[in-house]
Amino acid sequence: MVNIEIDGIPLKVDPTKMIIQAADEAGIDIPRFCYHKKLSIAANCRMCLVEVDKARKPLPACSTPVSDGMKVFTDSKVAVNAQRSVMEFLLINHPLDCPICDQGGECELQDLSMGYGEGISRFTERKRAVKDKDIGPLIQTDMTRCIHCTRCVRFGQEIAGIKELGATGRGEHMEISTYVEHSLVSELSGNIIDLCPVGALTSKPFRYKARAWEMQARPSIAPHDAVGSNIELHIRKNEVMRVVPRDNEDLNESWLSDRDRFSYLGLSSEDRLSEPMIKLDNQWQVVDWQTALDKTVEGLKGVISKFGAEEVAGLISPTATLEEAYLFQKWLRGLGTDNIDHRLRQQDFTDTDVDDSLSDWQLADIDDSDAFVLLGTNIRAEQPIIAHRIRQAALAGATVSSINLFTRDLLMPVDRQMAVNSPQLVQTLAGIAKALLAAAKQEPEDWLDLLPERAPSAFEHNVALQLSNAMNATLFVGDLINHQPQASTLRSLARLVAELSDSRLVVLPSSNSNAHRLAGSMPADKGLNARHCWERALRGYVMMGFDPLLDTAQPTIVHDALRRASFVVSISSFESDWVRQYANVILPMACFAETSGTFVGIDQRKQQFAGAVAPRGDSRPGWKILRVLGNISKLKGFDYISSQDVVDEIESPLRELKRGSKTGFIPDSLNLESDLMLISEVPMYRSDSLVRHSKALQQTPESRADGFARINQKEADKRGLDPQHEVVISQDDRKVSVPLEIDNNIADGCIYLAAATSVSAQLGSLFSQVQVMKAGRE
Amino acid sequence: MKLDQVCFRTSHLTPSWTMESYRSVGGYQVLESVLKNKMRPEEIIEQVKNSALRGRGGAGFPTGLKWSFMPRRLPGDKYIVCNSDEGEPGTCKDRDILRYNPHQLIEGMIISGYAIGAQTGYNYIRGEFYEPIERFEAALEEAREAGYLGRDILGSGFHFELHTHIGAGAYICGEETALLESLEGKKGQPRYKPPFPAGYGLYGKPTTINNTESLASIPVILQYGADWFHELGTPNNGGSKIFCMTGHVNKPGNYEVPLGTPFAELLELAGGMRNGNKIKAVIPGGSSTPVVPGARMMELEMSYDGIGKGGSMLGAGSVIVMDETTCMVKALQRIAYFYYEESCGQCTPCREGTGWLYRVIKRIEEGQGRQDDMDKLVHMAENINGNTICALGDAAAAPVISFIKHFRDEFQYHIDHGRCMDNTA
Amino acid sequence: MTQMLLTGPKEELFSDALREQMDTWIAKYPEGQAQSAVIPCLHILQDANGGWLSRGIMDALADYLDIPAISVYEVATFYTMFELEPVGKHKISVCTNISCMLCGSEKIMNHLQQKLNIKPGETTQDGQFTLKEVECLGACVGAPMMLLDRDYHEYLTPEKIDNILDGLAS
Repeated sequence: MVNIEIDGIPLKVDPTKMIIQAADEAGIDIPRFCYHKKLSIAANCRMCLVEVDKARKPLPACSTPVSDGMKVFTDSKVAVNAQRSVMEFLLINHPLDCPICDQGGECELQDLSMGYGEGISRFTERKRAVKDKDIGPLIQTDMTRCIHCTRCVRFGQEIAGIKELGATGRGEHMEISTYVEHSLVSELSGNIIDLCPVGALTSKPFRYKARAWEMQARPSIAPHDAVGSNIELHIRKNEVMRVVPRDNEDLNESWLSDRDRFSYLGLSSEDRLSEPMIKLDNQWQVVDWQTALDKTVEGLKGVISKFGAEEVAGLISPTATLEEAYLFQKWLRGLGTDNIDHRLRQQDFTDTDVDDSLSDWQLADIDDSDAFVLLGTNIRAEQPIIAHRIRQAALAGATVSSINLFTRDLLMPVDRQMAVNSPQLVQTLAGIAKALLAAAKQEPEDWLDLLPERAPSAFEHNVALQLSNAMNATLFVGDLINHQPQASTLRSLARLVAELSDSRLVVLPSSNSNAHRLAGSMPADKGLNARHCWERALRGYVMMGFDPLLDTAQPTIVHDALRRASFVVSISSFESDWVRQYANVILPMACFAETSGTFVGIDQRKQQFAGAVAPRGDSRPGWKILRVLGNISKLKGFDYISSQDVVDEIESPLRELKRGSKTGFIPDSLNLESDLMLISEVPMYRSDSLVRHSKALQQTPESRADGFARINQKEADKRGLDPQHEVVISQDDRKVSVPLEIDNNIADGCIYLAAATSVSAQLGSLFSQVQVMKAGRE
Repeated sequence: MKLDQVCFRTSHLTPSWTMESYRSVGGYQVLESVLKNKMRPEEIIEQVKNSALRGRGGAGFPTGLKWSFMPRRLPGDKYIVCNSDEGEPGTCKDRDILRYNPHQLIEGMIISGYAIGAQTGYNYIRGEFYEPIERFEAALEEAREAGYLGRDILGSGFHFELHTHIGAGAYICGEETALLESLEGKKGQPRYKPPFPAGYGLYGKPTTINNTESLASIPVILQYGADWFHELGTPNNGGSKIFCMTGHVNKPGNYEVPLGTPFAELLELAGGMRNGNKIKAVIPGGSSTPVVPGARMMELEMSYDGIGKGGSMLGAGSVIVMDETTCMVKALQRIAYFYYEESCGQCTPCREGTGWLYRVIKRIEEGQGRQDDMDKLVHMAENINGNTICALGDAAAAPVISFIKHFRDEFQYHIDHGRCMDNTA
Repeated sequence: MTQMLLTGPKEELFSDALREQMDTWIAKYPEGQAQSAVIPCLHILQDANGGWLSRGIMDALADYLDIPAISVYEVATFYTMFELEPVGKHKISVCTNISCMLCGSEKIMNHLQQKLNIKPGETTQDGQFTLKEVECLGACVGAPMMLLDRDYHEYLTPEKIDNILDGLAS
């Protein structure tokens, strides 16, 4: 530590710090534009010039390291003169269009010009004008306002891992742009809106919608992935106008994924449900809540009395809150059924008893990991913030391997990447395990017969070496494994590899599913899991918070089951033609931001949030609907006053929760069928109803690609397929016809078709074996 | 006054640029002796220090001291980079070294690499110098064939590789850290300092950047001794220096004369004033240095300290001579346009200020000046000065401040009458 | 103009001869520092493409050097020797900076403008000449001067210019 003085205040400072960091820590304000604590230092705006004792000119606080005995003056005559002169230069070419600028009221330039600017400009020449660029549906550009701080450029290079924006031209003609107009592809792109200190980069969907001072900020938690990013909802007149990140170093740092930032647009979708409805004589009628709730309980009790409680199933979205999950299962168990599940996209439940949850692991531990193996995860789409943290670790030297059904640019240094189909994925994992055996402390006896006789390949050896050389390796298993019909086999091998290499295994949860495990919204005893609930075609279904054909693993089976059921209740925030077809009662539920609740993240961190706006129309928070359903069902223990009461009960030490075993699961065989396999990835912006209803997200290039089937050239040639013709993908008697794109990132033996679309909803199950041929030939 | 003893020492030979010619004046003997005798690098650095050689690119920083900053024992790559990105208006000496005596630069670079512990050198030559690039490349080829470059040079165990790098038109790349950025394949935007190149230079490795003329002086310094070199010039201003005499003189040209030579003698060497006109003003060190009134200039010596006495800088020795017909407003307008055109755009004061300066001066020149314009210009220039990452901001400010200081009447006349004083063009 | 392949596998881009030229440059820099060769490569490609750089060329170079396309655009727009629009068969760059100005570059510029009937920044209708006003080219002792394609011409007079340009045409 060195001793310095800033404005006469003595400070002890880490000698690696810059003056501005020391000042920030001490709460001493130094004006700045280009400096940002999370980005590299550019020192270009010159706004942070300060006087330093013995220096012959003002020095930039952002790039001047502290040294022992240094005396800094941030508001001396020299410092303020320098700051004022920089401000004058910044303003001469800045349009004074604050009245029509979205940044107005929260503009760093506007704020600082109040302190350092002159009332009257000496600049009488013509101001510069810069043409605006279209960089996609999320970000509005007004480049005449740009002050060239390059925060956005540095963000792309250093955080997003993709340099899309640059500063072209030079001198006064320097412009921040993509040069060739295109939409930004980074899933973190929206952060440049926050980073831009002026109104050059603003939110396109928010444009001209509200003024900063008209809105109230309410803290909340983002619901779309397993991180639980901390956010702030900006509210005006009971409407969420926009979402911005709240700093949380343990989770999202200063960042937010575009999905978490722009999903709020779905809240005002015309597809929102606002009134309870019941179906009478095949006609939907709007009714009051009492009627709808009575009808719900009456209908379910009818099914139970006629066919037995085991003919009723309750399925709930993993995005639902902890409280909703808990009350959902409590109510249904109260009615007598154990057919309860939230694992809607899961197909393989054979290793259900294995508990992969983590109790001694924090998200920020990623930063300290020195090796990552990504298994079956398109991590950037699935968990953008986790991808960001892995990227930062990789940039700091951690090794990264990825084995998946397709390769994708991870926008980080990757040591090795491989795309293989499922049978090969199993073999590859087995090969890695085999390679690790040599140095294993203890041989896993149960596995010895299963592992292949062959010698491990070079790739397998290298991954094994990567893991065994690491001090602190982490394996991630993602949706592209977890949603497969062979997920248990794949996961068991991942566990084996982790165990043999003494690595950490992280099975990536879907959004709030850790809350559901905690709440017990899954079978506790003999109940049916999600898959069986549909396959067995029961008489009564209660669905909460999801779309039956877009959010489930076997859309057509779900379709058949619901069509045949005698009583179906949907508790949901969004309209769906399918639901109108099947359901008997529709209960409109409050959405994200409209309800209080608890989110349990990947590292078991519980985060509570309050409702920020009133529910849409006559819709009600899920937990209240369930509480009343419990009451009407005449069940005991449903007299909660607040959602906190529910949490208290969940956390009660008296409550017994079934815990899985850690003993693992050994598959019978490692040989899988190897016909053409469908890759049913849930695309980034199809992950849940709210996201799917955000128009801006649906307009991104990422979303526009969802309509295509993709196959590699080799497989296309084998089957005589070409991009000029649509292809027909068939599975049993189901067929869909889609346009084709050649994509050599797709593994051999696979064809990619995005899940959670109206096209995929016409197929039997995700990740199934399919046939494919040129349209017109079938 | 002795001419052409250092960088131009082959100038009496035809052709002057071949290995043969260079060898005939003692070329490469120093390198051979350094390697054969395994001369201690510290000793070379000491000699360069004692020679009082100061950076010939414009800043005048003592070369030996610069070399001593290199962590020469630190393992890993280190670089010596030659700055042949000559572009300061009024400067054209490095072009002639490259064209007429490239081997001396090569020898100088190899020796400097040896002294600072670098095994790789790059000579960054501006892209428009097609002919000098060809000459330098040809010389490199000769040097390689003669075994002066490559692995285990002359059996000494010392490895050194030297490459040409080319620019593409950007004055700012003459700034040493912008040059490094450009050499890394980026825009030439200066880096903030610290860290300095000796710690964090090319590709983040320790690097020394010297001007062409500085490096070409090294073999002569070592051949004839630091004292000899030092005594050529004046105390603290060692050696001779190439002066580019341009503008209104009868014989414009590059003149290599001892530092400390009176300006009047240099002017005479350049044939005196064109058309017998009166000398009005001189920019002694390239467009970035403050202008000096002619009469004052006639009293000064051409050395770092000598020009300093006149309130200006020796810079790169680029002497721009202006006679009584020169419109100082127009001259300043052209210089201001240059900095506006060449600002890299990184720092606010320079990006925004250089254009503002130019536009106001242009307005005055075009007869649209306002009474407060001069004060505004000076204030603006002062606000740019010292507030940017590199010295381009200072360079843009210095002419404005000095032109208005020394020729205020002329500017005032322009503002009042909308045209030049009668005796100027 | 050289035929160039601008899409496809890296090892087939441009042409064999161009790749060979560019590889000589890339080899000068340490491993992993191919970006250093951006400027030399842009020169090579610009020369091979009749004096200007198309977007396709820049994109292909980005692929070839394995760097983001925007990094190539940044460089190509920063340095004045790079042309991003088609230019004439011959490029004339006239220095008008201070030393040249003092020695009559204005007269030289006017003469060229009249002779070619174009303004600085323009190309003659027959596509023969592009005229540019440029900053100091480091030949101040030979003022006034110009760069014609790859050659410096110094101590210019209108007559000398006529001779040079007429010599080109014949």
